[in-house]
Amino acid sequence: MVKTWDTTPAAKQRVAAKSILKNLLILSFVIGFLVWSYRGAGIQLSQLFSRDSFEQILIYVKKLFPPDLSAVVLHEALKGSMETFAISFMGTLMAVVIALSTVLFASRNLIYSGLLYEMEPKQGWKRTARMLPYLAAKSPLNILRTIPEMVWALIFVFLVGLGSFAGVLALGVHTGGVLGKLFGEVLEDVDNQPIESLQATGANRLQILFYGIVPQVLPQFISYILYRWEVNIRVAAVLGLVGAGGLGQRIHIAISLFLENQLLTFLIFIYILVTVADYLSSYLRRKLI
Amino acid sequence: MNQPAQSLTRQSHRSLFPYLFTALFLFAIIDSWQRAGIDPKVLFETKGRESLWKFLAGMFPPDLSWNFLSLMLRPTLETIQISLWGTVIAVMIGFPLGLLGTNNLIVRGILNEAELQGAPLRRSLRYAIYLSARGILSLFRCIPEFVWAFMFVRAVGLGPFPGVLAIGVAYGGMLGKVYSEIFEGVNYRPLEALQSLGANKLQIFFYGWFPQALPNFASYTLYRWECAVRASAILGLVGAGGLGQQIEISMRMFNFNEVLTILIILFLMVAAVDYLSAKVRALL
Amino acid sequence: MIHVNSSRQQYRLEAVHKIFGRGQVALNGIHLGIQKGERVALIGPSGAGKTTLFRLLNYTLRPTSGKLWINGEDVENLHGRRLRQARRLIGTVYQQHNLVPRLSVIHNVLAGQLGRWSTLRSLTSLAKPHEMEIAHKALSQVGIPDKIFERTDELSGGQQQRVAVARVLVQDPEVILADEPVSSVDPTLASTIVRLLIDISESTRKTLVVSLHSVDLALAYFPRVIGVKHGKAAFDLAPDKISEAMLEDLYAGSVREKGATEVLSEPTSSIAYPAIS
Repeated sequence: MVKTWDTTPAAKQRVAAKSILKNLLILSFVIGFLVWSYRGAGIQLSQLFSRDSFEQILIYVKKLFPPDLSAVVLHEALKGSMETFAISFMGTLMAVVIALSTVLFASRNLIYSGLLYEMEPKQGWKRTARMLPYLAAKSPLNILRTIPEMVWALIFVFLVGLGSFAGVLALGVHTGGVLGKLFGEVLEDVDNQPIESLQATGANRLQILFYGIVPQVLPQFISYILYRWEVNIRVAAVLGLVGAGGLGQRIHIAISLFLENQLLTFLIFIYILVTVADYLSSYLRRKLI
Repeated sequence: MNQPAQSLTRQSHRSLFPYLFTALFLFAIIDSWQRAGIDPKVLFETKGRESLWKFLAGMFPPDLSWNFLSLMLRPTLETIQISLWGTVIAVMIGFPLGLLGTNNLIVRGILNEAELQGAPLRRSLRYAIYLSARGILSLFRCIPEFVWAFMFVRAVGLGPFPGVLAIGVAYGGMLGKVYSEIFEGVNYRPLEALQSLGANKLQIFFYGWFPQALPNFASYTLYRWECAVRASAILGLVGAGGLGQQIEISMRMFNFNEVLTILIILFLMVAAVDYLSAKVRALL
Repeated sequence: MIHVNSSRQQYRLEAVHKIFGRGQVALNGIHLGIQKGERVALIGPSGAGKTTLFRLLNYTLRPTSGKLWINGEDVENLHGRRLRQARRLIGTVYQQHNLVPRLSVIHNVLAGQLGRWSTLRSLTSLAKPHEMEIAHKALSQVGIPDKIFERTDELSGGQQQRVAVARVLVQDPEVILADEPVSSVDPTLASTIVRLLIDISESTRKTLVVSLHSVDLALAYFPRVIGVKHGKAAFDLAPDKISEAMLEDLYAGSVREKGATEVLSEPTSSIAYPAIS
């Protein structure tokens, strides 16, 4: 039986077979990587389920209960929660400012290529001149977001001393980098059709920005901001471990002084704080987007 | 007659929100400013500027001595290993829980209608499963990796292992939540079609749900791995292996050039992970 | 085991109501009987309940009240495995194709076999497709055999619709339901697809129920046309017994799509534009 359809799809089938081989190769590489890491990290999953460590965990968990609900501790927990909230709030705000001011330069399609610049004469030096701010903007953002918040916190604690301010700066700077990258991606993926029609009516670049680009990107921006704020509540709590204020600082003290019951109280407050922030964020998400 | 009046009041009720929001927002700014002890002056007064200068000047040149670099080799590798297995465990935890926490897979939705109409016991059982899955994920998510790391250190001792577990659990919660959101956002129509031609639940899942969700899954999981690399580096601060411990030591000893080296290493690691994940994403 | 009814009745609905969550009445006491091998067209304005009716006819939904017999079996009695087996006997072509976008065409077409394949076989097929000849034959019948390994979302709307029909062919059911299969397709292709469905129904003696936006297609090709409005059957007649007045009544208050030829000769708006010649 002559399979007349073999001619075109056969080529595709052969290509498919080749890619299956490639996939297998990659798979074996990945498995090798995993095995090496397993040995290297000294992971022994069996150890986790052994009687010994199970007992250890149980003993520790028992030490946490009951939570210390005395007035002093509750007061500290409340204060710490509000501090953590404030740190996350101001930190995210600072991040938004940083991100917005740099992102305009870090988007290729706004600065030197793409639709907005199609009709520009392709003069070499002008294009290069426009590329410079782009490159200059991208790298610092990368640095900001690669250095983990904790390290930033350590740095800022050194620079401005212990306390919440260091936390705000650390959060602001790191999240600024993260948001800058996310915003940049949104701006680059923007739908070109409205921009094209605006440009065709003779609008200048600033008008195009506000009429065509901003309305498209704003909902996604807000979504990212709310998401990072949600994350930052947790981060703010943790930054306290290196002395940057909030619940984290109090947790650190509780751990160091072996006051497990207080630790549980603070953990409960973190849980409440994060859950409330989650709800608030979904509520705002619905209302603002 | 009542219609216009009603619509008017409803409109004014709707437009109250922006004012409320702005007022609360401004209040939050003012209150938080104070509470967080924000004081930009500190950065600019003499002590601040001196410290900044000391820091920046001390960083260059980075300590590239063989001594230090060879010392850093092990923690660096450890960091990558911790991040990898941490993410793997996170997926192992997050995927099943995320599935169970998907509303329109477990509880409601068209796929369950024809079977569950008038079966209150089964329905409430499913709802209970759904809620517990979500609750567990929430618990895992809310407790910061650090605290998990600390608790695991108590349980299994120092070293990279507790770090792996901490990331596994904490990220598992995050992955699970996002997985269930991805699942819920899948286009329903192909699923309905598959059901109508007689496919069973597993077949519907693999032919309809999974192919649609896979790209988003992979994308987010890779992103989480990137975060895990950074998190693993830090977990050293609680003795859970990785570069974190060294950063703290170097900072406290004011060896800023060592700090810069570590930061460069970190930077390179993340860049490598970024590159890898971009490649993997392109494959899909 | 499915109770195979020796009677000739494929579908029987008695006083079927379907009410959705917020009191939305989709079907309002509809009575209907369809024999095996019949070819029926459903017409009516949007929101009349046609899609809901289809979802009842293919075991996706159950009636809120009233009785529905498919193949002589009351749908209330079907659950689990028997329900799935029953579903396999009904094939549906949807308006929006309802194909899985990221799967290649061959997997989407072979999905028609899922009711027959064991779970394990269906999963291994995703890695390397089983029974490719069946898929190829079906795709040839609808005219696009060369697209077999392409990714489904890279095909045009009309091609995707044909893939959906191919899927039903592979499924080889007793009944073919088509919910507005040609609404998003250009008029010539629409006639082709409707004729294809009718050919399949005639040659394999499958029951065919199609809902159509285009009244002309319905009147031209089907021996029995049911007008659906407000969740009820307004009329249920052969085309020569349907008057223009009945059609006006059916579509009163909504936009009715006339045949392609008529649209071209009618002015579409009252504003006088210079004629584009």
